[in-house]
Amino acid sequence: MIAAETDKPVIRPQNDKPVIKLLDVKRVYKVGVESIHALDGISLELHENEYVAVMGASGSGKSTLMNVLGCLDRATSGYYELDGQDTTKMSDVALAHVRNERIGFVFQSFELLGQLSALKNVEMPLIYSKNGWWTRRKRAENVLERVGLSGRITHKPNQLSGGEKQRVAIARALVCGPSILLADEPTGNLDSKTSEGIMQLFDQLHREGQTIILVTHEEHVAHHAKRIISMKDGRICNDIPSNHGQADKITMQNNDIHGESS
Amino acid sequence: MRAIIGVLMAFLRLFYQSVYLALSQIWANKTRAILTTIGIVIGVASVTAVIATLTGLKTEVLTMVEEIGTNTMVIIPGRPEEGAKRFASWWTIRFLPEHFDDMLEHCPSVARFSRAAIINPRTIQHGEESVESVKITGVEPSYHDIVKRPFTLGRKLSVIDDMQVHQVCLIDSKLHYKLRLDRDCIGQSILIGHMKFIVVGVVEWRPPMEPGQSPENHYEVFIPFRTAFKLQQEPPVIAFAASKSTEIVEDAQAEIRFFLRRTRNMKPTEPDTFEVSSIKRYKEIFDAIALILTLVAVGVVSISLLVGGVGIMNIMLVSVSERTREIGLRKAVGAKKSAILTQFLIESVVLCFVGGLIGIGLGQLLTMALVKIPRFLNAEFNIPMIYIPMWAIILSFSFTACIGIFFGMFPAIKAARLDPIEALRHE
Repeated sequence: MIAAETDKPVIRPQNDKPVIKLLDVKRVYKVGVESIHALDGISLELHENEYVAVMGASGSGKSTLMNVLGCLDRATSGYYELDGQDTTKMSDVALAHVRNERIGFVFQSFELLGQLSALKNVEMPLIYSKNGWWTRRKRAENVLERVGLSGRITHKPNQLSGGEKQRVAIARALVCGPSILLADEPTGNLDSKTSEGIMQLFDQLHREGQTIILVTHEEHVAHHAKRIISMKDGRICNDIPSNHGQADKITMQNNDIHGESS
Repeated sequence: MRAIIGVLMAFLRLFYQSVYLALSQIWANKTRAILTTIGIVIGVASVTAVIATLTGLKTEVLTMVEEIGTNTMVIIPGRPEEGAKRFASWWTIRFLPEHFDDMLEHCPSVARFSRAAIINPRTIQHGEESVESVKITGVEPSYHDIVKRPFTLGRKLSVIDDMQVHQVCLIDSKLHYKLRLDRDCIGQSILIGHMKFIVVGVVEWRPPMEPGQSPENHYEVFIPFRTAFKLQQEPPVIAFAASKSTEIVEDAQAEIRFFLRRTRNMKPTEPDTFEVSSIKRYKEIFDAIALILTLVAVGVVSISLLVGGVGIMNIMLVSVSERTREIGLRKAVGAKKSAILTQFLIESVVLCFVGGLIGIGLGQLLTMALVKIPRFLNAEFNIPMIYIPMWAIILSFSFTACIGIFFGMFPAIKAARLDPIEALRHE
């Protein structure tokens, strides 16, 4: 198992040490003379092994939040701490290392490289890592086994089904043993049956101790998470624990509470 | 120390990975890659072919020069470029045999020397066979030592032959065959014009020294210097000399010049009415021409490589915009700017290397074709099989690498600067 490689226990107890700590994070885009506040003062704490869904309409800032959390983008102001390290003052090179080692991305459109096999696709992040080079093949094989694709490692993406592609993408996100797994609409391009399989995989990863952040606008996807954060106009308007069957209530609450930040 | 090794290892890993990626990328776009590199291929092929052919010619000329001897000098009358004798007739500036009297005593650097009387071409007959317009030269005994002309049969012309104006001759091996003389033809007689000459020796055939003369019907007969005056009234006289060593050719030339100016009663202000040229000088002239040719070739080739380089840049820009999402993904999973830069730079260098490799192969084929040209033109000298010299291969490879880096830099920087978020959103 991958956990053995990365010296992390398979089941991690939830503790109070925050993995992610955001303090009044703002992201402002300048379009001409106008300033657009994509993130307008977000404060948030995520703990280890949390399973969070970020919801919101398009333009609510959830993608920007995702990019900032994934260190692809920098906050204009505010404080962002990942694994106890302040990332706001890091250099580009250091951020690349953080993305490589601490963050796993899963995209809506998979983003697999067409000419590479599943195994090579999964190996790719390790190419850019400091320590993973020599063991990359073994680690990639292990992760592919973990997502249930051990039989298809030599297949090219065009020989795989949508669900299998997303599994490969998840394996690629996990191969470096990241602190957080960021999934941006992971089921957006999949039919409902395949989506369910992927969500079960996320649930399984969560049980194994992975911290997961899902960005989605689908209720049934969000309800796999244990905590749902709703966003509107660059602010968090709702942050509640979730459990199955409460979908209607949450929708109601979402409609009731506007503009409230947590 | 560990840090340095770590950085080095990281670079090597990146390098290996980039080369691997570049090759697979090129393999995936074979047609495009080949079309793109055509400029480089042509450039490298032509430069290597020119260099190889010139190198081959150079060795050929060098062996020819060494055959004759780099210490050999030729003394011929020549109009000066300025002064009153600028338009002098050849008759007034001709050499008389006595101009060279006692030359060896006065020129310490000169080892050997021979006058030569150039007789108008004559018809040679032996029995039924006759050969027309044969080059006849009246020479002194040391002539064949100076020009290092080996004998295949018989003896040299002797001093006695010269003194007593014997009607003896040396013929070249081709004439020997053409006249159908006996295998051992010494003592047989041939007719030069209407005079009977006895063959005393056979020298090796040699292609004509004068440029532009066909070696096809080139035959030579040598007779004693004084005998030549019996065949023709006042024939043009030139002289051949050899210095004691190659290093002192220039000294020997100066001595001969000084000596001849005196025997020809020339005023100090008068320019020379003769030339003392050395084979060494000819070789230098050839070297200069070869250098100019090389430079011209390099110039032409640089343009072709420049065009090829622009092609590379173009295709790399296409590649970058085609793979924008890939670049975004690589950045998202932790590729640094430098990694992306290296990847694209190495891709363009590898592309150029592929072009260079094909170009060198093509250049070798081209060289093989060029080598055949003298044979098609029926020239008697052959350029032996030539291979592209190692330094030319290394040179073209490093040059193509430079082109790859130079023209790949801009697209690679463009790729490295891409914003990952934008890149991932790119359609």
